[in-house]
Amino acid sequence: MKLLTGNDLGSGAVTWWTGNGWSIHVEDAADVGEHGEATLHAEEGARRVNAPYIIDALPTEDGPRPAHIKDRIRALGPTVRTDLTLKPADPAAGDWII
Amino acid sequence: MYKYDHYDQAMVDARVAEFRDQINRRIAGEMTEDQFKPLRLMNGLYLQLHAYMLRVAIPYGTLDSRQMRMLAHIARTYDRDYGHFTTRQNIQYNWIKLEDCADILEELATVEMHAIQTSGNCIRNISSDPYAGAAADEVTDPRPWAELLRQWSTFHSEFSYLPRKFKIAVIASPEDRAAMRLHDIGLELIRQDGALGARVFVGGGMGRTPMIAPEINPFVKAGDLLSYLEACLRVYNRYGRRDNIYKARIKILIHEIGADAYRRQVAAEFAHVKTFGIDPPLAELERINAFFAPPAYDAPDVEPDRTDPNFAVWLDQNVKPHKQTGYAIVNISLKPLGGIPGDATSAQIDVMADLAEKYSFDELRVTHAQNIVLPYVAKSDLYAVWHALRDAALADANLDLISDIIACPGLDYCSLANARSIPVAQKIATRFADMDRQRDLGELKLKISGCINACGHHHAGHIGILGVDKKGVENYQLTFGGSGAEDVSIGKIIGPGFDEDGVVDAVEKATEVYKELRQGNERFLDTYRRVGLEPFKQAIYG
Amino acid sequence: MVEFRYRTDEVTEQPSVTLDAFLDQSNATAVRLEPDDDARALIPFLDRLTLIEVAFPKFRDGRGYSAARILREAKYQGELRAQGDVLVDQIAFMRRCGFDSFAPESSLNPDAVARALAHYEYAYQRAADAVEPSWKLRHG
Repeated sequence: MKLLTGNDLGSGAVTWWTGNGWSIHVEDAADVGEHGEATLHAEEGARRVNAPYIIDALPTEDGPRPAHIKDRIRALGPTVRTDLTLKPADPAAGDWII
Repeated sequence: MYKYDHYDQAMVDARVAEFRDQINRRIAGEMTEDQFKPLRLMNGLYLQLHAYMLRVAIPYGTLDSRQMRMLAHIARTYDRDYGHFTTRQNIQYNWIKLEDCADILEELATVEMHAIQTSGNCIRNISSDPYAGAAADEVTDPRPWAELLRQWSTFHSEFSYLPRKFKIAVIASPEDRAAMRLHDIGLELIRQDGALGARVFVGGGMGRTPMIAPEINPFVKAGDLLSYLEACLRVYNRYGRRDNIYKARIKILIHEIGADAYRRQVAAEFAHVKTFGIDPPLAELERINAFFAPPAYDAPDVEPDRTDPNFAVWLDQNVKPHKQTGYAIVNISLKPLGGIPGDATSAQIDVMADLAEKYSFDELRVTHAQNIVLPYVAKSDLYAVWHALRDAALADANLDLISDIIACPGLDYCSLANARSIPVAQKIATRFADMDRQRDLGELKLKISGCINACGHHHAGHIGILGVDKKGVENYQLTFGGSGAEDVSIGKIIGPGFDEDGVVDAVEKATEVYKELRQGNERFLDTYRRVGLEPFKQAIYG
Repeated sequence: MVEFRYRTDEVTEQPSVTLDAFLDQSNATAVRLEPDDDARALIPFLDRLTLIEVAFPKFRDGRGYSAARILREAKYQGELRAQGDVLVDQIAFMRRCGFDSFAPESSLNPDAVARALAHYEYAYQRAADAVEPSWKLRHG
């Protein structure tokens, strides 16, 4: 599957295209298939996202898992500061990245 | 320390207003990201993996307690309660909002700080010797010269769209504590026939193609320096490569045309620009010099009581001789066991500020090894300082040892990185947790970069580690034999790369080979230089 | 199209020729410099020129700033125009380097340009304009 991701222009937060908006949770990301480019340009033009790009991901039971470690780190947070990730209470969350 | 006058303050205030206007225009859609990017970079603002990252300049690594507390305040108020000190004597905040950025810069401006030209294809923060003003071996304090260069390079109308970034370091000692010859321009201040001037090295750097800067001029006198640098930069701005970002640094230009040709072009350009009154009168350098007058030393010449063994170890490792009797230079390690190299919490930053105010004539320094220095501590206060540092988890006695690792933020934070750096640093430090073992290994500079841009200075590591992306998996290459000091050299890749645990094992094996083969007081680097790569390769690859 | 001009003389009507063409025949009084042209090639002819247009095909390519400085250092008095990918936030530095007219490819907001030009009261360096560097103001 393919996901559309970028950062929020004002806050800089990592965001994922959900099909009708943006979420900071990769679990909410929608498969954009072959139509990601058009959404990317429209959303970037409207400044609802900054520096967007399209990535490969695998569908899993827990939601989409980005194919590259870089995007998994973006999705969760730094592996060396689990307290600053989106799942600070889950000590095993880092395993999802590696 | 330098204090802003009306002109300096007006300049920084104007920059805040200008950037606020630029941010507003970006948010309002009057600028594309492509157009905004160089502007935000020239204000130190990156878009990184998790958020915007703001890099605040600490000019030539010097700051006072008020400024240090402001850094803590920014971390606490606008970020996540910590900051990251970098190899170029800056501090980075990792979780900044674009919307807050102008307010942050406005707060910084109230304490004479800024983020001007901490990124972008312009002249970056001028770096210098963290022991400046305190080192016994210095010819003069290099910081007034660095301040002169800071002003000259700030908002330089001709050199703000250079082919690539441009880094300048100034030192004034035979011992190089600033990796001077690994900068685009390295200046070593020397005295010749009684007059101060600069040996000028141009075209060094790390990155994809590491190079040691050749000497371009053996002596440029003080009154000619800015014209000479203007000439150096103009030749680069006109003829540096712009067709390939990887070949755009000045080191490539000088490598391609040769140091002699570059030297001749600069000489011709200098003869021309020297006629336009670019150099300020020497009175300006003297005005700046006055701010850097030695503090009012008054401590008795006493040696600290070494009864406490932990204190004694810290004294031996982290405290360096001072040019003034009765005083010492204190290094605060930001490399706690298993911690993140260069990171400090807001509370720790405040503690260091307090200690500077109470014990170091209100001054701190940031080192290119990502540590902090209290440059003027009375020997009679060392025990009190150590106690306070220990209470703040800042008393690790590992300066220049294998766990005093330089590491870039790597893939945990950086959008350019190919591999994580910090976990490797943590694993190595943990493997060598036994301090006796570290001390037995002696000075061993280990440096880790998470990509070829070499922000972690791996080329200059006695042991260097470069993280690469091998088909989507993190992989680490080892280099041996680099140095960023006066015995500058570029490390060599020893062979195929390793996974994360593999590289830690390989480092350990290398230290065992060193222990077996070392003679006398040889450091790891000396032994490596004497015996060559082969015995290390044998042990690591079998 | 020239959007901003900071001169009072008449706009030259003659179209500018390339540097090669100028050096070949050289009746022209207006020349266009590309980023890799050597501005110093024009120095023997500056008296005759009324317009030098410096092309900025990409705003990130800063060679034109040095070209402008070199021409003003050689006492060129005519119009020095920045043409191409010229952005609001570059105009102040371009003015300091000696440009006195601007023909941006994409039209610029005049208010934004006016604000950009007004931000800085002082400068740290001597450049091609009349602004005295702060060290000069400090020491007279």
